[in-house]
Amino acid sequence: MHELSIAQSLLALIEDEMAKHDNKRLVTVKVKHGRLSAVVPEALAMAFEVMTTDTRLAGAQLVMEESPVVLRCRTCGREFSPESPSAAFAPCPGCGEELGHTVLSGRELYIEYLELE
Amino acid sequence: MQIPVVRNILEANTNVADTLKTFFAQKGILVLNLMSSPGAGKTTLLERTLTDLRNELRMAVIEGDLQTDNDARRVAATGAQAVQINTEGGCHLTASQVQEALKSIDLTGLDILFVENVGNLVCPAEFDVGEDFKVALLSVAEGDDKPEKYPLLFHISAVMLLNKIDLLPYVDFDMDKASRHARTLNADISLFPVSARTSEGLTAWYDWLREKVRAKRA
Ligand SMILES: Nc1nc2c(ncn2[C@@H]2O[C@H](COP(=O)(O)OP(=O)(O)O)[C@@H](O)[C@H]2O)c(=O)[nH]1
Ligand SMILES: [Mg+2]
Ligand SMILES: [Zn+2]
Repeated sequence: MHELSIAQSLLALIEDEMAKHDNKRLVTVKVKHGRLSAVVPEALAMAFEVMTTDTRLAGAQLVMEESPVVLRCRTCGREFSPESPSAAFAPCPGCGEELGHTVLSGRELYIEYLELE
Repeated sequence: MQIPVVRNILEANTNVADTLKTFFAQKGILVLNLMSSPGAGKTTLLERTLTDLRNELRMAVIEGDLQTDNDARRVAATGAQAVQINTEGGCHLTASQVQEALKSIDLTGLDILFVENVGNLVCPAEFDVGEDFKVALLSVAEGDDKPEKYPLLFHISAVMLLNKIDLLPYVDFDMDKASRHARTLNADISLFPVSARTSEGLTAWYDWLREKVRAKRA
């Protein structure tokens, strides 16, 4: 359950960015999380809601978008997104190589934008 | 008004971890972040390692595992310095906690600092604590599907120790499957099948440690 500490870090960043923009009211915060990152969206939403209640962020909407895992085969160079739920054990659809894929994306966890008014 | 931000949510932790990395680099101390499920054998492996290499290397341990509250005492019994972090129910260690714990450690002449993370295969993987390498420990008692279920941990670890191989005759564990899955996203991971109980296989792990200490000092 590290979503609590992720929510904490998220709130700190939001406050930091709001201060740069005249502390306008937060309407929406958009978070992107890669499928390989260890974030449970429901848990993060819950933590965000609990931690913003009775603060000036109360009512702000947290929008989360999962980005897929994209791998590059080390043998043939093909880029692909594994379908398996674990996103781990995925042979290359081009040449069948099982080992040593490069992770091009899927690990990210960042704020994409804030909507202020 | 939409404001593009694109900031890593964990940047505060990453910043502290980077500060620690610079500090450890100056001191020439090898730092290893030890991660596993609860009970996979982290503390037992540390007890063995600290005992077997004590005439050769200076080592200290930061204990973040509260599964058993006597982990720090078990480790200290080997003669090595050990500091217990109170994680207050947290599921992972943070770089700031490690920074704080450093105040209680005499770093003079230290070769290796082990950080025993909280027993958990998910959360610690997201939080750097200033380590040179992450070391994942998997016991054969917990199933060969772990690397498949927790790809991130095995993807970012330099080493996978397969512990409790003394139990292989009694459990259904496919070594080949576990290592293949670990190497899917990490071709270079070093795999060491070991038993922290019988000491089988530990020589390869010790050689890896010696090599990394040498590289860090250079
Ligand atoms: N059979 C066997 N048991 C082990 C081995 N290593 C650790 N154990 C046992 O596994 C249990 C948990 O070990 P511990 O080191 O506390 O695990 P940790 O939670 O990862 O620190 C203890 O009862 C150990 O004695 C091993 O190589 N073989
Ligand atoms: Mg332990
Ligand atoms: Zn291929």
